[in-house]
Amino acid sequence: MMRARVAYAGAIHEAYPEGDFVRLADGRVRQHGEVVWLAPIEVGTIFALGLNYAEHAKELQFSKQEEPLVFLKGPGTVIGHRGVTRRPADVTFMHYECELAVVIGRTANNVPRAAAMNYVAGYMIANDYAIRDYLENYYRPNLRVKNRDGGTVLGPWFVDAADIRDVTSLELRTYVNGTLQQRGNTRDLVTDIPALIEYLSSFMTLAPGDVILTGTPEGIVNVNAGDEVVCEIDGLGRLHNTIASDADFGLTAHTESTGECNAN
Amino acid sequence: MFALADYLVHVEGEVLPRDLDAQALSAALAAGVACWAPVTGAVYGTLLNDRAALAALGEAVHAAPYKAPPKAPVLYLKPRNTLAGHRARVVVPDDSVGVEVGASIGIVIGRTATRVSAERALDFVAGYTIVADLSVPHTVVYRPSVRFRARDGFCVIGPAVAARRHVANPDNLALEVRIAGKPAFLASTDSCVRNAARLIADVTEFMTLSAGDVLTLGVPHGSPVAHVGDEAVISVDGWAPLHISFAGAAEQKGERS
Repeated sequence: MMRARVAYAGAIHEAYPEGDFVRLADGRVRQHGEVVWLAPIEVGTIFALGLNYAEHAKELQFSKQEEPLVFLKGPGTVIGHRGVTRRPADVTFMHYECELAVVIGRTANNVPRAAAMNYVAGYMIANDYAIRDYLENYYRPNLRVKNRDGGTVLGPWFVDAADIRDVTSLELRTYVNGTLQQRGNTRDLVTDIPALIEYLSSFMTLAPGDVILTGTPEGIVNVNAGDEVVCEIDGLGRLHNTIASDADFGLTAHTESTGECNAN
Repeated sequence: MFALADYLVHVEGEVLPRDLDAQALSAALAAGVACWAPVTGAVYGTLLNDRAALAALGEAVHAAPYKAPPKAPVLYLKPRNTLAGHRARVVVPDDSVGVEVGASIGIVIGRTATRVSAERALDFVAGYTIVADLSVPHTVVYRPSVRFRARDGFCVIGPAVAARRHVANPDNLALEVRIAGKPAFLASTDSCVRNAARLIADVTEFMTLSAGDVLTLGVPHGSPVAHVGDEAVISVDGWAPLHISFAGAAEQKGERS
């Protein structure tokens, strides 16, 4: 089953695909552009993986890793399908990252690899933006790069795990203004889904609604204001996002931080 | 919305948190009751926001892997599984290294804060609390593993949130940590690189803080280490102190079963 969460006519609704339309839980059928698409679920803890596709790691010149490169993201970064992500005027390299998002469905503690897939409720597409201009070497990737408002696009659907026949061979594709720029396959994950669940649950408890963004394959390019970015994963749909300039976003003045010391 | 009049405390086992005056709070805590964390929002930890911590890194900030001193605030997330309250029992994963007890002030956000100026920043604060930001000791902060800071119970908060009006100046608070009854650490928030208002301004420049979220002012340099069997007590000025006890993995499992 594919489920979305949309805002329409003053309320938030669960919604389902209905041909080229979307059907609300109360039966109303509407065009995709008539509703506001929220993230398909209310997320718990968001884990993200750095360099989890072999070719992408090579692209960024990283060598072999001792353990998965996991970092955490806050809930404020999340937006839904057909949303807008701001590209600040001063940056030179902002890029998308198409990723398979794994949603945990049961409390998970010390789960062995062999049982790990029983803890997966389903999947979503994620587009996890980064602004490389802000990269600093403390707690990489630092939050100013990867935890920006509107920088994590989720959706359009939450798809039940049972509906995905083989999650180890899903193709991921990203189109920028219609041109295919990124292409990969989940068979090339450095640390696969059961290994990630085994690893994380070995030192912390995972809970329903926690989301693991499993990393992005090679093929990242800079995006500019006005670009339309579409991330696609086999069986999960197409996730649209538009890049906005400060002006498009409605920001007139940009306050620069000075990092000044306090008076004491 | 996150609002309180005096001191917000969530006694373990009670359905909702209670908003008590100072006297009622000490009465509620006197019986040795345990609490849950008095907040449920996202918790962001701040690192290297202490002049002594930066000084300790010294010239290393110019060498690999850092290559330059930090510019933006250095932040990380303490996920929901880490949240615990007053009198929590926390499992020490490896007693040969222990657990670092990072004492910090937690700034509790009262309303949505996006791109706020330092001048207005404190208007967005509901109150302040004590945060014990626990971690497995590690020295390199380039790309530390989440298993150092994201373990269950590794963010102990409370006992209460003190309303902003009860805290005259968040930038001049004395923090004391006692371990096993002995003084182990003394610091003041006046050693911060960014004071509370400046930190809120610089963080909300790129990410929104929501009502109920907590942003720590950062752990001062030289945090003490606790081991299995220890009790740590963190005090801030005259606030109700935060107690944490440390247990071995086997011991904790035994209790739960």
